[in-house]
Amino acid sequence: MDLKGIFEIIKSIDGVDLDLESNFISVSPASLLELADKLKNDRDLEFDFLMCITAIDNGDSKSFTIVYNFYSNKHSHSCEVRAQLALEEEIPSLSDIWKAADWHEREAYDMMGVLFNGHPDLKRILLPQDWEGYPLRKDYKVADYYHGVPIPKDKSYWE
Amino acid sequence: MDLSLLERFEQDNIVVEKLDTLINWSRANSQWYFQFGLACCAIEMMAAAAPRHDLERFGAMPRASPRQSDVMIVAGTVTLKMAERVKRLYEQMSDPKYVISMGSCANSGGPYWQHGYHVLKGVDLVIPVDVYVPGCPPRPEALLQGLLELQKKVMTETPLRKQVV
Amino acid sequence: MNNSNDSSIVNIDEMVLNMGPQHPSTHGVLRLKIHTDGEVVSKIEPVIGYLHRCFEKHCENLSYEQIVPFTDRCDYLASMHMDHAYSIAVEKLLDIELPERVEYIRVIIAELQRIASHLVAIGTFGLDVGAITPFTWTIRDRERVLDLFEALCGARLLYNYIWPGGVSHDLSPKFIQHTQEFLDYFETQIVEYNELLTGNKIFIERTADVGVMPSDVAVNFGVTGPSLRGSGVDYDLRKTQPYSIYDKFDFNIPVGEGKMGTVGDSWDRYWVRMVEMEESIKIIRQAISSLPDGDVHSAMPKRIRPKKGEVYSRYESARGDVGFFIQSNGKNIPMRLKMRSPAFCNLSVLGEIAEGWMISDVITILGSLDIVLGEIDR
Repeated sequence: MDLKGIFEIIKSIDGVDLDLESNFISVSPASLLELADKLKNDRDLEFDFLMCITAIDNGDSKSFTIVYNFYSNKHSHSCEVRAQLALEEEIPSLSDIWKAADWHEREAYDMMGVLFNGHPDLKRILLPQDWEGYPLRKDYKVADYYHGVPIPKDKSYWE
Repeated sequence: MDLSLLERFEQDNIVVEKLDTLINWSRANSQWYFQFGLACCAIEMMAAAAPRHDLERFGAMPRASPRQSDVMIVAGTVTLKMAERVKRLYEQMSDPKYVISMGSCANSGGPYWQHGYHVLKGVDLVIPVDVYVPGCPPRPEALLQGLLELQKKVMTETPLRKQVV
Repeated sequence: MNNSNDSSIVNIDEMVLNMGPQHPSTHGVLRLKIHTDGEVVSKIEPVIGYLHRCFEKHCENLSYEQIVPFTDRCDYLASMHMDHAYSIAVEKLLDIELPERVEYIRVIIAELQRIASHLVAIGTFGLDVGAITPFTWTIRDRERVLDLFEALCGARLLYNYIWPGGVSHDLSPKFIQHTQEFLDYFETQIVEYNELLTGNKIFIERTADVGVMPSDVAVNFGVTGPSLRGSGVDYDLRKTQPYSIYDKFDFNIPVGEGKMGTVGDSWDRYWVRMVEMEESIKIIRQAISSLPDGDVHSAMPKRIRPKKGEVYSRYESARGDVGFFIQSNGKNIPMRLKMRSPAFCNLSVLGEIAEGWMISDVITILGSLDIVLGEIDR
């Protein structure tokens, strides 16, 4: 089923919109859970795989886009859903519906500082627990020391 | 010496040598290494221990515990999260201990030197290193040469003289 | 503490065992926090991040051509697959058509890489279970594949060979002949591995029925690759959504059937890898027999500067489904690049399927999932 057909089934949920040029469905954070439920359980859609959750900084670290990629093994179709977030805004967690979201959301929180509402255990996954800052944001500044070990920023340290 | 100790034994059955040299000779030729494989260089370290480039013919046996090993081969990128553990494991090794830094990530941060906020730019920032083996990843033959350089270094030591710390 | 004199009440406390970041059988720097009740595991929590090398931050500061060596180092046991997956994603953004010869060369290289990666997986799995000889044999045969790669592009482990738009060097004249000799030799070796490990009673006792992963749990956690196919789910990107020229070849997808135990146990995951190597040999033979001529550099762009847009492209690597999400804003540097690594999701299922087993079985299950920490931590 192509994206138009998928959109026909879910368009009754408010806050969803179709972007045919870039091939994705946009959703507002408030209706994300309802959309996810329909994507998983509707018999014509049955998206049983949550492939990837990507958090994107829209350029100024004040607004973010969260991209979800789904795939259905039964019907062999895939779709992409995007949600726009402001700084410090929360988005519901999908870890009850797809357990794959658990670690992906922890990584999005770790790297970008996106807060997921309802996540069982939202803590850092890749960086140490006492790291400060969210590295993949565009305005991230690398610290000079971590626990007494210097972090050189250019080659003048060796030359 | 022109001939190795073993060849001198075979020539005349009595060899007269300094005790220092005998101790160094036995230490150098049985360096049990602590396999500290972190990343891609660990695969080349595994390949160096594999049948083709046999590392064990030089006396180097892999050990899993720091208490039983002489040399620690730091193979791979050391991150800041891992740096404290490297230091702790180095302190758990007993003297005399040596460190071989394998690969450009362990030497100086490797390809991640420029934008790696979480990469330790060289393991010598936390522990003292004896031999650096360059390469990304270094061939198993390069690691073998690094081990031979370490053996040469061990042969120049003076274990019986009192160490002034 | 219970101060009663009744000796039948024994107070047992849970012990937290730390299988630290440095451990000979955790396949890299992985930390497992294991809560045990005696020897039986009650809860496992994997802690990762000890190899986080800031790959995505590097990709936001380097041009598209300069990123290829970094994708190599993500999954260092199957670096041709990473290069290939990234190149396919960039080619989708650029919308270029590749010459036939490049596609055939890429398929031959990718399948040889799959063989090499599965050899390491099988060898280290045997090592985890306690068998040392299969490890020496598989590494010895893997060296022959690495010889082929070294004659091709000069490197043994991290190749930087498959670039967006083509490959860096054409095949040397003797490459095809040496590959065919290797394939003939390797088919006899697979027979030896099957005799040594697959039907071995001790191996079956240690791996059959251990760490059973039901198919619905696997799909919910996002597990892909041989670990998913071992649970009976018929999902291989090369057949369901063929990329490159995989639709021209005739091969089967092995799916776990529970031959020695239950469907989805560790033996099934191991067996899927063994059969996949045989299928790869078939694909390479077919590709070699119909290899066309051509210039491998003709479609390579002088400068990679994609139009504004995003792409999410998927690829079947040795470990599972690699996804690359690339967002471009018209410059020669990506705006955002995210790599969905298969081992990340494969590892997250460990907490679910390893409960109730003993500590040595945890090592068996971890070995059967075949993870590479460089890809998980990026």
